[in-house]
Amino acid sequence: MTREEILNDLKKRFKNDIIDLLDKSPKRVYIEIKPESLVKVATYIFKDLEARFNIASGVDARTHIEILYHFSIEYLNVLISLRVKLDRKNPAIDSLAQVFKGANWIEREMYELLGIDFRGHPDLRRLLLADEWPEGVYPLRSDYKEWDKKAIRDRGV
Amino acid sequence: MPKSVIPIGPYHPLQEEPEFFTLTVDGETVVDIDVKVGYNHRGIEKLSERRTFDQSTFVIERICGICSTSHPFAYTRAVEDIIPVEVPERAKYIRTIIAEGERIHSHLLWLGLAGHFLGYNTVYMWVWKLREEILDVMEILSGNRNNYAMFKPGGVRRDIKSEDIPLVIKKIDSIVPTLNRLKKAILDDPVLHARLKGIGILTREDAIDYGALGPTSRASGVAKDVRKDAPYGAYDKVEWDMIVTETGDVFEKVIVRVLEVYESIKIIKTCLLNLPEGEIDLNIKDIPPGEGIGSAEAPRGETFHYVRSDGTNRPARHKVRAPTFMNLPTFKVTVIGETISDATIILAAIDPCYCCTERMAVRNTKGKKIYHGQDLIRLSQEKTEHIKRKMGIK
Repeated sequence: MTREEILNDLKKRFKNDIIDLLDKSPKRVYIEIKPESLVKVATYIFKDLEARFNIASGVDARTHIEILYHFSIEYLNVLISLRVKLDRKNPAIDSLAQVFKGANWIEREMYELLGIDFRGHPDLRRLLLADEWPEGVYPLRSDYKEWDKKAIRDRGV
Repeated sequence: MPKSVIPIGPYHPLQEEPEFFTLTVDGETVVDIDVKVGYNHRGIEKLSERRTFDQSTFVIERICGICSTSHPFAYTRAVEDIIPVEVPERAKYIRTIIAEGERIHSHLLWLGLAGHFLGYNTVYMWVWKLREEILDVMEILSGNRNNYAMFKPGGVRRDIKSEDIPLVIKKIDSIVPTLNRLKKAILDDPVLHARLKGIGILTREDAIDYGALGPTSRASGVAKDVRKDAPYGAYDKVEWDMIVTETGDVFEKVIVRVLEVYESIKIIKTCLLNLPEGEIDLNIKDIPPGEGIGSAEAPRGETFHYVRSDGTNRPARHKVRAPTFMNLPTFKVTVIGETISDATIILAAIDPCYCCTERMAVRNTKGKKIYHGQDLIRLSQEKTEHIKRKMGIK
């Protein structure tokens, strides 16, 4: 299949799930989907289109929390980014770690840095932050304040 | 026999960086493994949000001391993807030369360390001496042995002087005879075969499932390399081969890296001899609002950067994904079922770079035996000695 055929097929196959499809450049496609459709669409792209899961990046966009799941399809030289927008008060989404193991660590990272709950994740523990880091303080949130300046200074940072 | 827990780390002489592995062993066999990372978490993604686009280039160059160019490479490509803009040809060639020089020194560094873990300290000394030549080359080209500071959004910061090119080519050529001898020594050594073949196998399916990258996945038969799949820099203008092997054991990972050094030498020489004339920098002033993705094939695999701009002079969000982040979790399938003495080299085989992801060492145990990091190196080296004795090699 060519690039156009795959994009048209995606549009038709997931017409109830896709909110917006942005064909930014020959190498970059951004698809905004409904959060509840993530596992369905991601499974299709990873298993059927044989894409490689690059990574996911979570962004606090002030009005909502956004996650971009990046997949590259090497035989077409296209990078597809699935965008989901989550409610900022209680961000939660289904985990992809069951679909492919590559999503395990990044979901743990987004859980601790942005406070997103991944439903069905097999092992949702902290990955990078220290044990003494307080609960409910998420450093990549836009309203993050350094919670203990003294402690950080005392460590000589 | 009761199960014992071997804690390795977080501070341990085996590797250069802090990391905490917990090996659960039944006798000599590893039955479970877990890792705790984060001892090197410096919050660079957050730091980058407080710097301008130009300053961020310097911050992220310090993510890693070994593959220090791959991060600026991916980052500058991400920023250029926001605008979008193509950098001048000469800048593309210079970027490629620096990135490949880094790959040679990084693969040689790993090969030396792998030799050390196996008790082949001659390999360790030999390879690192070879690496010095490459570091000299990098010094001639950029002024620095490491952290070259050559990259900026829109081009490169320094030009390569045409009078330096013959000396650089001579220096690169000078490592080839030693490299040939080294390659032959590794391929023909029966002890290395006995020691490395068939251990720590990462199957093709697992490599895809975990999203493994670089030599780790290419040794398992996954023919993926950003330089070929989505060419950037001058990689589509130079002839070179992607090295892919089938079985995915530790030996193949060694082979892939050694052969890649030859390809990198080829790429550097072609680029230096065909360096186009012209501008090296676009002098980008403003970055418009938007988002961009950049990737570059680091020595360990694809480095991936995502940058979002809100129209100010600072990134609104900068996501960094180093290759080890995807490669490290594969230890779950490669180490379990192997013996303790092999765990060291299997964990080292992915060429982990924790300051990127964020290493290996021993916690107090509930079991009877307590191993320390040094013990593990000793166990690993003793196994090599044992194989040598069995084969009648002194």
